Amino acid sequence: MNAELIIPLLAAAIQSGTPILYATLGEILTEKAGVLNLGVEGMMITGALAAFVTAQVTGHPALAFLMAGLVGAVVGGIHALVCLWFLGNQVVSGLALTIFGLGLADYLGTPLIGQTAPGFDKLALPLVHGIPVLGPIVFQQDILVYTAIIMVPLVWFFLEKCRWGLNLRAVGEHPEAAAAAGINVLRYRWIGILGGGCLAGFGGAYLSLAYTHLWTSNLTGGRGWIAVALVIFAFWRPGRALLGAYLFGGVMAFQLRLQAVGTHLPSSLLLMLPYFLTVLVLVFSSWKSRQTDAPAALGVNFEPND
Amino acid sequence: MSRRIVGVLCCLLLVLSAAPTMAKDLQVGFVYVSPIGDAGWSYAHDQGRLYIDKLDGVTTSYVEAVPEGPDSERVMLNMARKNYDLIFATSFGYMDPMLKVAKKFPKTTFMHCSGYKTADNMGNYFGRMYQARYLSGMVAGSMTKSNILGYAAAFPIPEVIRGINAFTLGAQAVNPDVQVRVVWTKTWYDPATEKEAAKSLLDVGADVIAQHQDSPGPQEAAQEKGVYSIGYNSDMSSFAPKSHLCAPVWNWGPYYKEVVDAVRAGTFKPEAVWFGMEHGIVDLSPMSDMVPADVQKAVLAKKEAITSGQAKIFVGPIKDQAGKERVPAGQTADDGALLGMDYFIQGVIGTTE
Repeated sequence: MNAELIIPLLAAAIQSGTPILYATLGEILTEKAGVLNLGVEGMMITGALAAFVTAQVTGHPALAFLMAGLVGAVVGGIHALVCLWFLGNQVVSGLALTIFGLGLADYLGTPLIGQTAPGFDKLALPLVHGIPVLGPIVFQQDILVYTAIIMVPLVWFFLEKCRWGLNLRAVGEHPEAAAAAGINVLRYRWIGILGGGCLAGFGGAYLSLAYTHLWTSNLTGGRGWIAVALVIFAFWRPGRALLGAYLFGGVMAFQLRLQAVGTHLPSSLLLMLPYFLTVLVLVFSSWKSRQTDAPAALGVNFEPND
Repeated sequence: MSRRIVGVLCCLLLVLSAAPTMAKDLQVGFVYVSPIGDAGWSYAHDQGRLYIDKLDGVTTSYVEAVPEGPDSERVMLNMARKNYDLIFATSFGYMDPMLKVAKKFPKTTFMHCSGYKTADNMGNYFGRMYQARYLSGMVAGSMTKSNILGYAAAFPIPEVIRGINAFTLGAQAVNPDVQVRVVWTKTWYDPATEKEAAKSLLDVGADVIAQHQDSPGPQEAAQEKGVYSIGYNSDMSSFAPKSHLCAPVWNWGPYYKEVVDAVRAGTFKPEAVWFGMEHGIVDLSPMSDMVPADVQKAVLAKKEAITSGQAKIFVGPIKDQAGKERVPAGQTADDGALLGMDYFIQGVIGTTE
C-alpha cells in the first residue's frame, strides 16, 4: 500500500467513523448520568429517517440535521419516562427502544426507499485543506464531520469542567449522596438521556444526509450497537471515543480496500474484521476494567424520597 | 320464523358466492423479497406486475419485503387459500417454501424465479442477464482511460460470478488490456456499504464502476468522483445523470403475460425456462449521450447478433485466473457450466471466496 491508497483510506475511516462517534458521545453522556440506554440503534434510525424526510420536504439539510437531534431526543424520552418515572428495567427498556425504533422507521420509511434527499456535500476548509497529508484526510470532509470533532472537546468540557457536568457525574456515581447534597437527581438523568438521544439522532442524520443521500430500511446496520460497545472501549472518555470510532470506521473501510487492491484473502474473513474487533475490544476492556471510569451507579434506578 | 330467515340467508349466500365465479378475474399474486420502491430487483418485477395488471380480466396484488424462509411460506399459503390462480415468487430462497405450498394447492399455478425445482403445478424461470452484462462490459471497456474497471458485487454465487465474467469478456472484446477489480459487499441492498465499496474501487484507479446490487449507492460514488458508472436492474440514470452510461435491465412484463395467457388457456406446462435477449427478458437500457456513436453502434450490432442467436458469450478459449483452460477453443460453454460457474476468468482481479 502506498500513500495514494492510505490517504483516501484514512479519509474514509473518518467518514464511516463519524456516525459512530456521534452516537458514542451521546451514550457516554447518558451513562455518565447513571443510565444505561441500549436503544442507541433505535434513536439513530429514527433520527436518520427524520433527517431524510425533513431534507426532502424543506430542502434544508441543516434544519434536517437539527430535526434528527430533536426526534432522537424525543425517542430517548420514552426511555427516560420508563426508567425515571416508572422505574422500569433499563436493559429491557433500551432493548425495546431499539426494536421499536427499527420497526417504526421501517414502517414509515418503506415508501421512501429508492428516493434521494438533498444533503451535505464535501466542504474543504479554507487554508488548512491544503496541508499535505492531513488536509485531504481531515479538512476535505463535510461539515457534519467537523461538528462531530468539535463535539468531542465540548462533551469533555461539559463533563469535566462544568458545574452541571459535575452534578451529572455525581448523579451517575452516587445518586443518594448527590440527592443529599441537594442535586435534583432525576433532572440530571433526564438531561443525560435526552442529550444522548439527541447525539444519537445526529449520528443517524449523518448516514442519511452525508454518507449517502438515500433511504433504506436498516440504514444504521448495527452501528448503534458498535457505539454501545465503544463506550466501554473508550472508558467513558470522549477523547478515546474519537479514537475508537475512527478505528472502527477504518476497519470497515479497510476490508473493502483490501479486496479492491486484489488480495487473495477470502472476502468472508475480511468482512468479519469489524465484528472481530468488537469482541476483541470488549475482552480487552474488561481485562483492564479496574482503570475505567465506569459510573458506579450505572443501570441502577433511583427512587427519590418524597 | 327463524328457520325461514336461515333459509333466505342460505339462498343469499349461494347467489353471492356463485355470482363472482361466473365472471371471475384471474387472481395473480406476487411475493417480493425487498420493498418495490428500490429501483432494483423487486422494482423490475413490479413493473412486470403492472404490465399484466392492465390486461382485461386480471387482478394482481403483491406482498413486499417478505423474508425468505417460513415467513414466505405463510404469505404464499395465504394467497393460495384465497384462491389465487397464479403466484409468482421472485427470490431464490422462496423455492422450497413454494414447493411445499404448491403440493397442497394443486389447482393454483406457481412460478418461481431464479431457482431450479419444478412440480406439476410449479415452474421456474430466469433470464440470461449475462448477455446484457457483456454489452455493458463493451461500453465500459470503451470508455475507460485507466483500463481499470471496478465491479461492486453482492455475493459470490454463480449468477453474480457469471455476470462479472461476461462483463469482463465484453470489456476485453473492445479493449484487451482492461482489468476488472471486484469487491464483495455481501449485501443486496445497503447503500452505505455499497457506496463505500465503489469508493474503494475508485481509490485503486477504477474509472468505470459497475455493480450487482440493488441500491444506487455505487452510482452516487461514481458521480461524486466524476467518473462513469454502469447501473443494474433498471435504468439508474436518475440517481447519477452525469456518470450513468447504461444498465443491464430486466423486462419481465411480456413474459408474465405469456404465463397468464397459458394459465387462462389451460396450456401451462411446468418447465424450467432460462430466456435471454431473444425473449426480451433482459435488455440493455438506452446508452447515454456520453457514449460515442461508434461505440453505441458496435454495441447495438453485438446486441443484434446475440438476439438472433448468432453470437454466444462464453466461447472458448476461456481460461480461469490460474490459467487453467475452462472452455476449450471453438467450443461454447453449455448451460450446466454456466449455472455452476464458480471461477473468475483471466483479467478479473479478486477472489470468488
